Amino acid sequence: MSESEIFSPTFAPTTRGEPVASEGTGTRIVLIGIAIAFLALFLVLPLIAVFTQAFSKGIEAFLAAFREPDAWSAIRLTLTVAAIAVPFNVVFGLAASWAIAKFEFSGKALLITLIDLPFSVSPVVSGLIYVLLFGSQGLFGTWLMDHGIQILFALPGIVLATVFVTFPFVARELIPLMQEQGSSEEEAALTLGASGLHAFRTVTLPNIRWGLLYSVLLCNARAMGEFGAVSVVSGHIRGLTNTIPLHVEILYNEYNFVASFAVATLLAVLALITLVLKSILEWRFAGELAHGRAH
Amino acid sequence: MAKTPRRTWTFRRPSVIPGFGLSFGYTLTCLGLIVLLPLAGLVAKASGLGISGIWEVATDPRVSSALRISFGVSAVAALVASSFGFLVAWVLTRYDFPGRKLVDAAVDLPFALPTAVAGIALASLYAPDGFLGAPLARLGIQAAYTPVGIFIAMVFIGLPFAVRTVQPLIAEIDKEIEEASATLGASRFATLTKVVLPPLIPAVLTGFAMAFARGVGEYGSIIFIAGNLPYVSEIAPLLIVIKLSEFDYGGAAAIATIMLGISFLTLLAINLIQAWSRRRFGYV
Amino acid sequence: MKNGAVRKRAFGLSMLVGASLLTCLVPARAETALLNVSYDPTRELYRDINTVFAEEWKAKTGEAITVRASHGGSGAQARTVIDGVDADVVTLGIPSDIDAIAKLTHKIPDDWRTKLPNEATPYTSTVVFLVRKGNPKGVKDWADLTKPDVKVITPNPKTSAGGRWNFLAAWGYAYGQDKDAAKADAFVGQIYKNVPVLDTGARGSTVTFAQRGLGDVLPTWENEAYLVLQEFGAEKFDIVSPPTSIYAEPPVALVAANTERKGTTKAAQAYLDFLYSDRAQAIFAKHHYRPIRREAAAPADLAQLPEIKLFKIEEYQGSWDEIQKRNFDAGGLFDRLSRAGR
Repeated sequence: MSESEIFSPTFAPTTRGEPVASEGTGTRIVLIGIAIAFLALFLVLPLIAVFTQAFSKGIEAFLAAFREPDAWSAIRLTLTVAAIAVPFNVVFGLAASWAIAKFEFSGKALLITLIDLPFSVSPVVSGLIYVLLFGSQGLFGTWLMDHGIQILFALPGIVLATVFVTFPFVARELIPLMQEQGSSEEEAALTLGASGLHAFRTVTLPNIRWGLLYSVLLCNARAMGEFGAVSVVSGHIRGLTNTIPLHVEILYNEYNFVASFAVATLLAVLALITLVLKSILEWRFAGELAHGRAH
Repeated sequence: MAKTPRRTWTFRRPSVIPGFGLSFGYTLTCLGLIVLLPLAGLVAKASGLGISGIWEVATDPRVSSALRISFGVSAVAALVASSFGFLVAWVLTRYDFPGRKLVDAAVDLPFALPTAVAGIALASLYAPDGFLGAPLARLGIQAAYTPVGIFIAMVFIGLPFAVRTVQPLIAEIDKEIEEASATLGASRFATLTKVVLPPLIPAVLTGFAMAFARGVGEYGSIIFIAGNLPYVSEIAPLLIVIKLSEFDYGGAAAIATIMLGISFLTLLAINLIQAWSRRRFGYV
Repeated sequence: MKNGAVRKRAFGLSMLVGASLLTCLVPARAETALLNVSYDPTRELYRDINTVFAEEWKAKTGEAITVRASHGGSGAQARTVIDGVDADVVTLGIPSDIDAIAKLTHKIPDDWRTKLPNEATPYTSTVVFLVRKGNPKGVKDWADLTKPDVKVITPNPKTSAGGRWNFLAAWGYAYGQDKDAAKADAFVGQIYKNVPVLDTGARGSTVTFAQRGLGDVLPTWENEAYLVLQEFGAEKFDIVSPPTSIYAEPPVALVAANTERKGTTKAAQAYLDFLYSDRAQAIFAKHHYRPIRREAAAPADLAQLPEIKLFKIEEYQGSWDEIQKRNFDAGGLFDRLSRAGR
């Protein structure tokens, strides 16, 4: 099952101008209107709401949210988690796509499905599985406690849950990309006497660099924004195990709505930056990205 | 893991490219440790209840109603997301209009925006005194704290999947066939329904399945807007959290296993759709 | 060159990972830190208590101490302790949640209620009604919550201690009328028919009622009701104190197994003892909790807490084990009511 067939990256704009067969101008305008109205209602308004709520009591109240040391420790924790989870998934994605794209073996479809699985698992379940494993009532709970190892309600647990929910991101972008590119270039390099590692560095990596960056962007956005899975394993300890999304929830529950939305704007800005960079990549390097079915 | 590439030499086709053992082994190890082992732990925990125990949990009125709400609302939301998603994808690939690229970029917003942020934003918009909630309330529709709220949140998170699965295929449609159909005298409507749309159906279905799967599992954006009332607006993931708060690990694991089974089935369905489409249309 | 860039990025990434691993492996913590796992509405209270305690501890021992707090629905919080949160003390909303920790993990001795004065309850509270300004629906007493046109906002008793106290208060009120348990069950069922939103924690319910404008009455912790007046404006809401309500006991306990392992027993015990001190008692009153030693509190604060006839639910339903089982465990009264009421 060659996944590359799914969506080959012909994302370049179709030839425009006046196609013979198309809808009339009136229909077009109506359809464009409906589409834009729908998107504005469902997507853009919530984003605007975040910013209007954040600034509803003025810039001073907005800034006050960032004078809290707890906000900074949440930001620090989120950055730390992303700094571990994203590189991990990059290495995994490179390995998985190399194995899957460059070789033919049986059971490949199953392997791809299993890598995909975390996409469709509820975030709550993603957190729960680690509670069942590492909680003190869990499978390894007693052993961990006897050895004084804290996984849940500490950095390792949060990282694990984040790695789980972002697990397919890099792999699913790189697999179709590498499949499209085939292995002839690598084979040529190898025939010319390059070592495998050298071929990977000089041939494969340059070919997939934009796709890799693209997937890192999306993986990072999800890693920093994950709420459900992290909330199950975090323990909500102020200043210690609160990530930015959890801090947003805590402030919200403290009736500190302005601060809550203010901190939320951090994540919203992150989302916007991600979208901008992603769009730039799509427009400039469309040919070097795979448009996998799941981003 | 017992699955390290012990059968490597028989089950893979020989290749001059090195690194299969390393990359394949590493992939399986990570997959095993991060995904499979924990999921197996979950299933093991649930199977402690036995099939009858899981069945009992699943048929408990509150659980079955939460599952019904999660799956039912998600199905409706996925339907709406994929219909409008199709429209959006069509408009974005076929028509040129000012700001098209901006709109195109905006489609991925729900994907990049953390769910908790989406949740508080949607709740503040659709609350009875909110920007959209107030006019809706005058029409007699209460959005927040009802299944309608769940629906809105699910459409929000499902939309990018619905758009992005069909968009590349619309871009690939061979215009000559369309033009041929038009030249041969078919009406625009007939051309669309008989020539253009059929090959797109698998992609639409895939988008639907993905939006559905995401909606069923969604938690963060929904709990802020749902109302969380048993039998009315309580979703299955929330019930897992509630079961945990009641220290009922078995029950939580049982609901999670049921949801896991269904997500696996959804993934399987997606794969089957694609296999079918490959046979029927020669591509996915 | 491209190659160099990639390598440089990989190098940067690994530096970042390394640095972040270092920061988490070497916590800058030369001082003692305590973790207090508490329930939802005590956020403001323990912020004050923790600051004052740290000052006193510093003055007494010369050591710096940080008390961290975590808050959430009482049941959810108990669950995190059961699953291994390194709590030194728990200050939860209802005795049965601490019982659950003791029973499931043995990290707390079974007889924890005898370890501290007043059954390990440094302050008490009760349930009052928060209504919209002018009390348009005329809610005066528990019976008014059963009127069909009164929408009641209350948290889920399965997850929230406040939700359980509300539930038990309503039941106790009805039972107090004519000592008929079946009638009391039906009375509570009548109230829950009027509940449009069931949040997981007391805070969620307050936000729904106060911020989102849903419902006519919010039965809630007395302290929470006063906090709403403070935070959302006294011009929007009124507090109605029913003539009778429940004697709510949010208890505290030392998580002995954790403190022994961490070597924080002395500090954690001092923290709990501090809750019974004059200063802490005065802080409780300031935050509208009912101190157990009224003489320590400022008279102005006490004057705000009206005379309400308070009953203890144990007198009607027996031990906390039985209370939990009868009402909230799977198949208990709440489950039966929500099944019937859907």
